[in-house]
Amino acid sequence: MTERTPRRTVFRHRAWVRLTHWLNAAAFGALVVSGIAILLALPRLFWGETGANDAPAALVLPLPVNLEQTGWGRNLHFLAAWILVLNGGLYLLLSLLGGHLRRDLLPDRDQLAPGHLAREIADHARLRPPKGREALRYNALQKFAYLAVILGLFPLMVLTGLTMSPGVTAAFPELFTLFGGRQSARTLHFVFACLLVLFLLVHVAQVFVGGAVNLTRAMITGRLAVPPDTPEPPDA
Amino acid sequence: MRDLSRRRLLTGSGAVLGAGLLGGCDAPALSHLASPYDWSNGLTFAVQRWLLARQPLVREFDRSRISAVFPTINTTDPDDPAYKRSRDVAFADWTLPVTGLVERPGAFSLADLKAMPARTQVTLHSCEQGWSAIGEWTGVPLAHLLAHVGLKPQARFIVIRSVDGWWDSYDLFDALHPQTILAYGMNGGSLPVKHGAPVRLRVERQLGYKSLKYIAAIEAVERVDGYGKGRGSMVAELGFPWYAGI
Repeated sequence: MTERTPRRTVFRHRAWVRLTHWLNAAAFGALVVSGIAILLALPRLFWGETGANDAPAALVLPLPVNLEQTGWGRNLHFLAAWILVLNGGLYLLLSLLGGHLRRDLLPDRDQLAPGHLAREIADHARLRPPKGREALRYNALQKFAYLAVILGLFPLMVLTGLTMSPGVTAAFPELFTLFGGRQSARTLHFVFACLLVLFLLVHVAQVFVGGAVNLTRAMITGRLAVPPDTPEPPDA
Repeated sequence: MRDLSRRRLLTGSGAVLGAGLLGGCDAPALSHLASPYDWSNGLTFAVQRWLLARQPLVREFDRSRISAVFPTINTTDPDDPAYKRSRDVAFADWTLPVTGLVERPGAFSLADLKAMPARTQVTLHSCEQGWSAIGEWTGVPLAHLLAHVGLKPQARFIVIRSVDGWWDSYDLFDALHPQTILAYGMNGGSLPVKHGAPVRLRVERQLGYKSLKYIAAIEAVERVDGYGKGRGSMVAELGFPWYAGI
């Protein structure tokens, strides 16, 4: 092989994965913006059932108070939440039935070997993206992060959100027990949202590390140009 | 247990449930599906009505859980001459007209309401602003008052007006719920002025803005299109959904 050889491209992401990915991204963006708008009405967090301006707070956020943003904020929040829930439900269903979850998201046996994991951690620390065959599957750390977000944080976001609903909790008062009260659920909703934003920041940073144009194009068109294997550096 | 509750649904509260479901499509939450927000808020309404079809009660707390801090927002002392006069005589001259699609329209004094069967409930009040507080409310179930005046079969919504100009409407699904009460007492005493004296509404399965303070008039109607801008409530005209279950 010479360096002139055109880079091999492979079909990396199926259409429904790409579609649900971008719909989720749009809904999540709208939820963050509208969530902040709602939070500004009371930028204080509490533990338990009750909490108010003059009640003792667990955490006072350094944000300006603004009572005028909850109208559009709540409307946009619940529109985006419905899109996220329906889109996410469809994604989970297709992932389970179609094998996406098992095949692409659960770590492969070899990825769980301590030696492999150690090398992945070292590669991440050096911001060295996977090449060749390894670029055709998600790495183990990436899989852990995706599984935590898909099966952990997003479901917890929806459940803590619903625990703030007087209608839903009338039907399922167990939600209060699960999260320790309405204000605890509100606090956890904020904490999980921060973790999701942290995931987003790392996720986008990793796209830049791995080649922003190539990876973004792959998530839009489905086709990924495979980074050629490079010889192992002598110190590896 | 399952059979019992099913039978109860079919007989006792069958009329209520039927009215709730039949009224569904007429409800302001589903009658104006113009913007995307109308669709998402309508979906929330429809799903919650389905989840609440068996008319569960919200949690009730022990008195020891009553909050030391219970915020008051919007109107806290109506600037209305007739209201102030009435307030100065401990609402002795206050009456609540109940009109519209009822067999026996009437006006009820505070004493009349207090003579009716009372319900006391310690519940969590949730505000759209994010705060929540626990309070004890004592009052007459709206269902009792409506049965007293005799709701006509074609009545589908209850329009409630407040001294300060606020108004809202409720379908029978919520209006006839056992915890929907006209409260004249709070935390063991009379309802304070800042909390809506002499009488406020409690609609426990929705956000606080549906629990109108300073109740001035009650009217049973078949449709709410003709009220305000036809969106079912004053707050709906300000961008807050008519149905506030989330």
